[in-house]
Amino acid sequence: MSGGLLKGARERWVRTGGVELCVAELGDSERPTVFLVHGYPDSKEVWSEVAVRLAEHFHVVLYDVRGHGRSTAPTPLRGGFTLEKLTDDFLAVADAVSPDGPVHLVGHDWGSVQAWEFTTVERTRGRIASFTSISGPSLDHFGHWIKKRMTRPTPRKVGQLLGQGAKSWYVYMLHTPVLPELAWRGPLGKQWPRLLARVEKVPAGGYPTPSLPSDAAHGAWLYRDNVRARLSRPRADAHAHAPVQLITPTGDMFLSPKLYDDLEQWVPSVTRRTVAAKHWVPRTRPDQLAAWIGQFVRSVETPADKALAVPAKRGKRADAYAQRFAGQLVLVTGAASGIGRATAFAFAEAGARVVAVDRDGEGASRTAELAALIGAPEAWGEQVDVSDEAAMEKLAEKVAAEYGIVDVLVNNAGIGLSGSFFATTSEDWKKVLDVNLWGVIHGCRIFGAQMAERGQGGHIVNTASAAAYQPSKALPAYSTSKAAVLMLSECLRAELAGQGIGVSAICPGFVNTNITATARFAGVDAEEEKRRQKRTSRLYGLRNYPPEKVADAILGAVLTNRAVVPVTPEARGAHLLSRFTPKALRAIARLEPPV
Amino acid sequence: MSSVVDAGPRRRAGGERGRDLAGFREVQALAYECAEAVAAQLTPGVTEREAARMQRVWLRERGVRDWFHLPFAWFGDRTAFVGFKVPLQFFPTNRVLEPGMPYILDMAPVYQGFTADIGYSGSLGPNPVQEKLMADLRAHRELILTEVRERRPLREIYEDVERLMQRQGYANRHRAYPFGVIAHKVDQVKERRFNPHLFGFGTQSLKGLASDALHGHRDGWSPLWSPYKFSDHPPQPGLWAVEPHLGFRGTGAKFEELLVVTDSKDPAESAFWLDDELPHVKRWGREQAA
Repeated sequence: MSGGLLKGARERWVRTGGVELCVAELGDSERPTVFLVHGYPDSKEVWSEVAVRLAEHFHVVLYDVRGHGRSTAPTPLRGGFTLEKLTDDFLAVADAVSPDGPVHLVGHDWGSVQAWEFTTVERTRGRIASFTSISGPSLDHFGHWIKKRMTRPTPRKVGQLLGQGAKSWYVYMLHTPVLPELAWRGPLGKQWPRLLARVEKVPAGGYPTPSLPSDAAHGAWLYRDNVRARLSRPRADAHAHAPVQLITPTGDMFLSPKLYDDLEQWVPSVTRRTVAAKHWVPRTRPDQLAAWIGQFVRSVETPADKALAVPAKRGKRADAYAQRFAGQLVLVTGAASGIGRATAFAFAEAGARVVAVDRDGEGASRTAELAALIGAPEAWGEQVDVSDEAAMEKLAEKVAAEYGIVDVLVNNAGIGLSGSFFATTSEDWKKVLDVNLWGVIHGCRIFGAQMAERGQGGHIVNTASAAAYQPSKALPAYSTSKAAVLMLSECLRAELAGQGIGVSAICPGFVNTNITATARFAGVDAEEEKRRQKRTSRLYGLRNYPPEKVADAILGAVLTNRAVVPVTPEARGAHLLSRFTPKALRAIARLEPPV
Repeated sequence: MSSVVDAGPRRRAGGERGRDLAGFREVQALAYECAEAVAAQLTPGVTEREAARMQRVWLRERGVRDWFHLPFAWFGDRTAFVGFKVPLQFFPTNRVLEPGMPYILDMAPVYQGFTADIGYSGSLGPNPVQEKLMADLRAHRELILTEVRERRPLREIYEDVERLMQRQGYANRHRAYPFGVIAHKVDQVKERRFNPHLFGFGTQSLKGLASDALHGHRDGWSPLWSPYKFSDHPPQPGLWAVEPHLGFRGTGAKFEELLVVTDSKDPAESAFWLDDELPHVKRWGREQAA
């Protein structure tokens, strides 16, 4: 049994090719075996957070790559780290821990580079059931990628080459003799944990381990023994013989997502995932990784799941959403109709798990029911009034306990209120601010706090309005509430940026939803109110901008982490005017609306 | 104008009116039989054009010589009229049917002078979304009948149906039809040797529709049941082909069948569905029983 980061792990030593490898096992060895291979400069402890999560369902095996952690280093070092030798190590460990069945490989960074080799050479056929690659391309594929771009250098291809070339600065450094070793065993080794925390936002807690300087010094030979050889003469037969899941961190400093553009030619079945994070995802996003790895392993183990997991062909945009949101937990308020419902459906189609919240409980359940039909693995409807703080607290507790921590929060619930300032009673003001502003505040405060506490990123979307920057004499209270939401979103975005949580404000404009049919018109009698509701609904109906397009803008905003997103052309136009000629907006504000 | 509508007809009564209704019922049953026969022949790789031709041939073989409109077939997201901008897009294309894809067959044959207009939704293999849509159409069939019996203006019924669709989470896709109609009148037409059609519509039927429109315009009603002002009148006696059409994220489903409206004072006799022995109605019955 070992202590440290991998509590409760069973340890064993495997002797192979002149080195001794330190192997740790977690979980029930009767279950499918998941093999976690670490990168550079790391030891198996980089996986500790992911491993304990996976150990609940799988037999998890980790080992220190030769020369790293507690495994011994080959002598001499030069020539001791070739991919062929690393493949021998893998087979030796696999034979020791899982002699009968194939294993599910997961590799990060150099672990992934190695695992690509394992998955594409003939002698491992039948030993690998699946492979999840994180931030580490196959050197052979990389070699072909470079060749292809060098032989027909269009401007775009040259750009891609230069981009990746710049990201690979550290590879060139590692090829210089002696200096990297001196740096790692000296000042760099000392500073590294602080650098990781500052630049990569890797949380503290026993990682990196004290073996880091020697790991890094030995590991330099991974590059020296393989990179030049493979990139200049890539294998032509590097086809994967197992299904591959590719997880790409979109903020990776060292690898361009473009590297994987040609992957389909090497892998018969590739499942792509993207995660908004930097390079060290095993430390910063363990929940997400464990979920995706678990899902992928299960889909391979029980092919019935696979039919559901592999979606029908769809557009590029929809693919990007599915890669990012699959399996994530999304909570949408105001989800019984309009933009909220469309947003819940859009996330459901991308494979997210959806919590539909509305004060209309029946409508929320209906949204959840349909969401489950169109691709949400799980969906729930919850009846909550967002302006009720206690109810929101209770909802957050329930969601956290039963469904998990929310990955994407969409504070969308809102009501309409029209009428001159003096016709608007304080009761009217209270009502509109309670829902439109306090609803958002409660959502951000309660669910945002859970997100921040988990420390694994997330995203908050607040539905503001074009009325947030377009003044109007007909909408004083509504516009005020929405302007507050817009500013709240901007401030929160600044505050949460450091924690990897994005905040977006959506400004839809005139969208054909039932907000007009339920809007309050202050200062007129019930009959006139009814007439105006009908008339506004007619006008919005004639404009006929569908809520589905707003939902698409919301998914896009999360995907690219945009701050303010005006949606309809009029909202975009007004947004532009608000920057350059606010006077024009003030003139529009004086117009009498045609109701 | 058909004579069935002039005075309260009895559904199973004899006489001329009863015979007329029997004629309509017969052609409607024939059309649904055709839909089921063609649906059974659909396999992966069949195109919309082929499916439309199969319907045409099947009905011609059984004596249909004229059409209210030629058969349509829509596959995949065309069942929800995704991206439809101009009416020409309704015509069958070379879209190929794939496993799991939803489809809709829509045909309006004229048989021995009686017109039917039916819509049949299905999918090649299980499609949970379309099954849900079909199940939810039941509420619309009930709502329409109730409100027609209450003699609510057609435009308001239209809006109520639309609201129900929105509450259910769906889009109103019959709005894509010409004039956005949820229903239109059908009638008996004269049998001719030569039955040309114009843009897919039989000229005899168009003539009937135009004459109805003219008369209706004078009397303040319209043979088209639309969301517009010209439908702001109580249900007009006659036979209405009612076709609520639901759309949900690239999947559509509809039924279309004849609703008999009379000027009887008895609510049950003032409006009724011509035939309850139709595939979608029987299916709801089975679902309820299960």
